[in-house]
Amino acid sequence: MDALTLIATVSIVTAGLTIAIGSIGPSLGESRAAAQALQAIAQQPDEANTITRTLFVSLAMIESTAIYCFVVAMILLFANPFWNWAIEAAAPGAGG
Amino acid sequence: MQISPDSQIVFTLPLGPLGDWGVSATIVNTWIVMAVLTVGGRIATWGIGPSAPVSRWRIGVELVIEMIRTHIREIGGGDPGRYLPFVGTLFLFTLTSNVLGVIPGFMSPTGALSTTVALALCVLVAVPIYGIVDDGLLGYLRHYFQPTPLMAPFNVIGELSRTIALAVRLYGNVMSGTVVVAVLLAVVPFFFPVLLQLLGLLTGVVQAYIIAVLAMVYIASASGGEPGAAENQTPSKETGA
Repeated sequence: MDALTLIATVSIVTAGLTIAIGSIGPSLGESRAAAQALQAIAQQPDEANTITRTLFVSLAMIESTAIYCFVVAMILLFANPFWNWAIEAAAPGAGG
Repeated sequence: MQISPDSQIVFTLPLGPLGDWGVSATIVNTWIVMAVLTVGGRIATWGIGPSAPVSRWRIGVELVIEMIRTHIREIGGGDPGRYLPFVGTLFLFTLTSNVLGVIPGFMSPTGALSTTVALALCVLVAVPIYGIVDDGLLGYLRHYFQPTPLMAPFNVIGELSRTIALAVRLYGNVMSGTVVVAVLLAVVPFFFPVLLQLLGLLTGVVQAYIIAVLAMVYIASASGGEPGAAENQTPSKETGA
């Protein structure tokens, strides 16, 4: 397996694994937060506005880790510096 | 495939002795957002005075401003007029930039890391400024040593990391929305990209709200007030609504 194929294979596999494993934790965390918020609204319906606002802020914070994983996967697939370098290194050899 | 408007140069300005400056799509789209906000605000406040508003645009603008002031008051306590220019601008700029993203040909400037890092740096600078104006320099520095002086390095690291998180959160949400739609356009032509544009609109509005609320929470926590402190204050303390 030459360097070009190796870089492509590892990038693709890593991108898939990153987003697959990275989204497990935030999903579990967000479901717990939503469940607690629903319970709190059921116990105190008057405070629903504050609880909802706090819930949205907490969801955004918890979502951050999943977004980091997604950004890494996107970079690996579409803006991969190692792939670009390998393509540039292979181009003179193929054209010459 | 470009995932960011930062890498797309629209035109080049020759700056003489400074060389050439390639104006990226981020800057051009930011100008468009600025024009929309400025012109919209000017039209909405035409003939403004103490009399009751007669146009729907003015009622709409007053509604938005009143909502932002209510949220600022609930989070930080005290007079929302001090924080309204900063937090309100964060919210309106992010909201306009994300919502205009569904227009074909427009690339949200918040989908570029440069814009979101700039917004996060504005929050990073604004928090000490508001804190020092409220408590004085020593009072603000004392915040880092709460609850115990051992926590000082963690507070500093926490401040830096939440700034990075602020930038990457907004960038990741907006960029992923546009990239997923672009990828799906190559796979399933019409139905799913439209659904994901809807999801992108929803997350755009939520992220605009989040960045404004988080900026207000950081400012309030550094100024000595606790989030939600205003709800414990008696109404007579406020001189004006």
